[in-house]
Amino acid sequence: MNVSHLGQADPLAQRLAVLRGPAPQRSLDARAIAALAANPGCRRRAVLDAVGVDKAAVARRLGRPAPFGQSPFAIARGNIFERRLKENGYAALLEPLRRRLGLPADSDTPLAVPDLLATAGPAVRAERTRQALAEAAADQAGWTLLDHPMLRLEVAGSPAYLEPDAVLVHGGRCTVVEIKSFPILDGSADPAKVGAAARQAAVYVLALQELAAALAGQPVSTSPYATAELPGSPEPGVLLVCPKDFSNRPTSAVVDVRRELATTRRQLAQLTRIDQLLGILPPGTSFDLAPDEAGSPTRPADELAGAVEHLPAAYRPDCLSTCELGFHCRSQARCSDSLDQLGPGVRGELGGLETVTAALAAAEGRPVPGGPGEGAERLAYAAALRAQALGGGVSR
Amino acid sequence: MTADLTPGAAADRAVAAILAAVVAPAPGAPRGVVVDSPPGAGKSTLVVKAARELVAAGEKLMIVAQTNSQVDDLVDRLAAKGPELRIGRLHASDTRPAAEALRHENVTASAKVADLLEQDVVISTAAKWQWVKTEAPWRHAIVDEAYQMRSDALLAVARLFERALFVGDPGQLDPFTVVGTEQWAGLSYDPSGSAVVTLLAHNPEIRPHRLPVSWRLPHSAAGLISDAFYPYTPFRSGTGPGERRLTAARRTDGGAVDAAIDVAAEHGWALLELPARRTVRTDRQAVAAVADTVRRLLERELSAHSELGTTPVSPDRIAVGTAHRDQAAAVRAALVALGVPVDETAGPAVTVDTANRLQGREYDVTVVLHPLSGRADATAFHLETGRLCVLASRHRHACIVVARAGIAEVLADHPSADPVSLGVTVQFPDGWEANHAVLAHLQRHRVALSAS
Amino acid sequence: MSLLSTLARLEAVRSGRAEPLATVRHRHLAERPMVLVPLAAAGEAGAPLAVMYGTDRAAPRLDFVPQPLNRAQRFEFLARFAAELLPYLEQFGSEVEQVEASEKDAETGEKTQVFRELCVDAPQLIVPNPGAVRHLALLGRSTRFRRTAEDPDPGQYPAPTQVPLFGRWLTHLTERAQVPGASLLLPMTGLLARHWATGQSHLEDQHLAAQLAWHRRPAPLTGAEAAERAESARDERGQLLHPPAGPATDPAFDELVLAPAIARHDAAQTALATATGGQERAELLLKAATEQLAAALESVLLPTWHDVWQGIDLLRALPPAAHLADRWESDRWSYTGHRDRLAAGEPPQPKQDDAVTAARKLAQREREQTRVEVQEALDDPLAMAEYRLAGEAFSGVVEEVTPDYDTSGRSPKPRPLVTVRTADRPHADAGREVHRVGGPTAQRAVIVAGDLAAGTVTVRVVSGMGRKKEPEPGSLPEPGEAVTFTLFELAPRQSAPLPEPEETPWTHGGPPGGGAASPEEEWE
Repeated sequence: MNVSHLGQADPLAQRLAVLRGPAPQRSLDARAIAALAANPGCRRRAVLDAVGVDKAAVARRLGRPAPFGQSPFAIARGNIFERRLKENGYAALLEPLRRRLGLPADSDTPLAVPDLLATAGPAVRAERTRQALAEAAADQAGWTLLDHPMLRLEVAGSPAYLEPDAVLVHGGRCTVVEIKSFPILDGSADPAKVGAAARQAAVYVLALQELAAALAGQPVSTSPYATAELPGSPEPGVLLVCPKDFSNRPTSAVVDVRRELATTRRQLAQLTRIDQLLGILPPGTSFDLAPDEAGSPTRPADELAGAVEHLPAAYRPDCLSTCELGFHCRSQARCSDSLDQLGPGVRGELGGLETVTAALAAAEGRPVPGGPGEGAERLAYAAALRAQALGGGVSR
Repeated sequence: MTADLTPGAAADRAVAAILAAVVAPAPGAPRGVVVDSPPGAGKSTLVVKAARELVAAGEKLMIVAQTNSQVDDLVDRLAAKGPELRIGRLHASDTRPAAEALRHENVTASAKVADLLEQDVVISTAAKWQWVKTEAPWRHAIVDEAYQMRSDALLAVARLFERALFVGDPGQLDPFTVVGTEQWAGLSYDPSGSAVVTLLAHNPEIRPHRLPVSWRLPHSAAGLISDAFYPYTPFRSGTGPGERRLTAARRTDGGAVDAAIDVAAEHGWALLELPARRTVRTDRQAVAAVADTVRRLLERELSAHSELGTTPVSPDRIAVGTAHRDQAAAVRAALVALGVPVDETAGPAVTVDTANRLQGREYDVTVVLHPLSGRADATAFHLETGRLCVLASRHRHACIVVARAGIAEVLADHPSADPVSLGVTVQFPDGWEANHAVLAHLQRHRVALSAS
Repeated sequence: MSLLSTLARLEAVRSGRAEPLATVRHRHLAERPMVLVPLAAAGEAGAPLAVMYGTDRAAPRLDFVPQPLNRAQRFEFLARFAAELLPYLEQFGSEVEQVEASEKDAETGEKTQVFRELCVDAPQLIVPNPGAVRHLALLGRSTRFRRTAEDPDPGQYPAPTQVPLFGRWLTHLTERAQVPGASLLLPMTGLLARHWATGQSHLEDQHLAAQLAWHRRPAPLTGAEAAERAESARDERGQLLHPPAGPATDPAFDELVLAPAIARHDAAQTALATATGGQERAELLLKAATEQLAAALESVLLPTWHDVWQGIDLLRALPPAAHLADRWESDRWSYTGHRDRLAAGEPPQPKQDDAVTAARKLAQREREQTRVEVQEALDDPLAMAEYRLAGEAFSGVVEEVTPDYDTSGRSPKPRPLVTVRTADRPHADAGREVHRVGGPTAQRAVIVAGDLAAGTVTVRVVSGMGRKKEPEPGSLPEPGEAVTFTLFELAPRQSAPLPEPEETPWTHGGPPGGGAASPEEEWE
């Protein structure tokens, strides 16, 4: 796993660099991988993420910037919470850890917190994490906290570097610790947020499984429900640490990520390999924004839009809240009259109909491409019922 | 531990332990006995045995099932296997028990529980039991299909008994509600959750028993169903490879439908695949393919050879399973048009129903319209683990799945991204994962049906 | 989503404006509802930032927490908010009517006549979206257990008495909002989405201004264009032209407008506290800083305030559905019940329902879900069309009425056959029970035959014809008359009885333990 020369020799990396232009590569993080796995059918997103372009900058240049951002208040509070967790030798973090994982209540057994070279480059940090995990796993009796370790995972043929908040090692096994700023209120938390955290943590668990397998020189088990017993293997339960109720005090819950792990593993294996996806791009394609000295992009928006256009998107309305290009893809879906603009549920109801125009034609009993199917018939019947009901005289 | 036992010995050992726990509980033993039963593992037989032994020991007992047809089935079976039992069939005032439940001399039916207090066993649905007010509670209860029972229903009936045997299949469809219940997710007594989950959370000393052998599923199916749907509680088939066979009296007509029937006869599974196309739920071609398959199954006069002997595969030994009611209605209409009997009141008929209603039923051959066939998306409903599990585990001999090509792509593009509630135990594999596993297996027995 | 609402969405895409999904208004609207637009501080659960509220659209009231991280200020804000809103919530408690009911004596089983008080009206809160409902629920949760100076042990931070009382009201209202069809607290996005379809997805309809854009779309924009403008158009400072309806604020607003304004306010306050001389000037500076902060918050609240009122205008233009009064009466009972519990000095609603309470609430919600679905279908042909399309109902014209009798009993009973000509395709299996809509009395029938190809369904009427051998005149539909039959019952079934909480069985952990009534809270 010699990461350092990937950049020069690998033809795929070279190709990606050309597509990206001189801009620095955006590395895939666990959140991005989890999001990628949430809409794996989208080739546009898969390629742009693999290339490592700044999708937010692309969206801005295309005229439909992503509305994402984080309030300074939220950032400040998140930082306070995380800092508080680590004060006094991780005292606030250890309290929930102790309770959940059976860490000794007194501090007779010291907690080792090895230096993981936080300021080094990702490849160096990943190598250091690998060493630290191997050492910690070999010490059956000790307790080790890996604070912001760096893990490497191959995603669709290109490397991604992942940085969990913390990993706790004891008894030859490790546990992923995920710190979140949403509260656990009366023992429950927003299921959508916990779900997202679980999917993100599953990516870390997967990376740790591969790392443990690599350390042992063994292949990774492919059964979705197998738990590896190798030294350093991750537990399938991750520790979610959140503020308790309305306070700033930490509390924790164990989240079983076996399902998310199985899903993520299969999903990553299925992600079409990037080199195949790149095959659909005509030669000369580039996503380079060509920024001027002040950093403003000079690449003509039309040209950029053309390059993006070569990559088929799988738009659905929830992209608006998960992908920087959501607004761009929505406007394209609207321009092309696609039913995708109304969401996947609508597609399911209308069978083979592809466009709004075709669906409305079917509703009016006019001929539609592909001939009248049951979908068209039902739609025409629905239209008749609707007209009858509204004929009762609604004022508009 | 039981791997070296024969299936029969392993199952007998499990059943003996359960009966001992129910009929002669050790002092201080928990008040509940829970039995997890994979598809066709002898759950009904166990219920009959437990009822007879309890009555033989001088007890009176009540039995709770979830639907009227389950109650009628159970009454029929209990009355036939236990002629010494006096059985009361308690029913709602606006429903009539089925004829097969009432044909036995030892069965008394009434809408009033007062008429039935003298009976050894009184059987009714959970919904009816909830209304029963009586000062003479039964000491013992058996709760059948307990995983289908909602926690709030158990809350309403638990006052009627002191001890209970809960029997069910954790792999079937979970109970559901149409209103929001998020605020109770993660509570041990979430009223919309399964009764067994609540029971076990509040009575952690109860260790569920497990029936280790499926007598229904053939060897060809047990492995797949166990791996895909019961990864943490595996089971095996009671019969070995080749012990269940299907033969046809009439040769194949050379068409794809007959080819799929032959593949299913040989391997236990067949995937009859139509060309990829996005369709509405009542995809006319897929419905026609299902109906054709049933027609040919009957026309070719199949015989089922098993440890029970050789029997003809008559219409009542065939079922069609769908995800939605309108699909079932469309298949029924198509079968009627082909002259296939579907009305069971008029003689042996093919059963056509949704997964929900096929729970607990058993047939020789099933024809399944794949829940994802022709779909543009895969919703949580279509991915629900229990739905596919029910559809794929109703058969003794063979299961023929009819589907449009392209399901693998739909699955790939619609991973489950379910919300996660803290405190809710992950009990079962992901539906998405299970769908992949089943599909991968079916692909090995694929027969393409070209568009007509 | 149903095919009919999908069709309405498709029509909206084409027309570029919202299309009707209802012919009548399906939710009660008070004459003077309390409109309430809350904002939350980012990054913290249930932390209030500001609120705009009132019953007069021309006179919104604004209140805010100058420093959202300051918990003392937060409770001062909540105390002011409680003092303003409690009179509105409580005023409906005084005027009551006496409702006659029969009560069963627990011991003798005898029924006796009793009179119960029912408040003649109840409050109604209208908020922009479901997020606002959740925010109010968090406020309720964070305040109803607060100890006050009147408590035996007031603790370190006693709150004004009104704060926990207000928290209990908020909890009651937000709980009630979970009941289908209930109207004490309603989100405007949901109200609009029930009555009109836009040409965008449900997800996008969660944005109040974007949904309303399909109603008002300034020419020459289409609804989609107007909606996108509402979602994303920004001024030269990067601020949204139409701020989101909350409770979360736009991060760019937090960063560029709110944070500096709060910082100035903090600084002015510190300056005043530490001022040694020049007090007056420091006070003026603080006043100016407060006004700036108020202006900033008002600028992001007012657009939503107007949006909610515009939504109310749109809804008022629809005629009220026939069953509204019936369902509003349930809301009045709910309100009266809470009033009575407060008067009886009951403790605040617990953090979590016990097993029996949870089951009761679920049963109530399921019952109300059925009731609202059925009532909407009866009140609105467009709602009934959903069931006709789904095969759960059929409408048509009576073709033939054939007298027939059940002679199995002592005296013959009328069992006439009615043949209906219909283009609908009901799941008309023989033997299924159907229910007649709009007959003089409730009337059941059983399907005898359905010939969908010929377009006829024949049913045998089995009730609602009086007690004589011949049906009461007018009790049966006449040939040529338009009729609708449903395959579902027209009244929800009663829920089965549940034990009292103190009789919770062993399967559910036994009776709930006491003591958790006033849990300790972390405040810092």
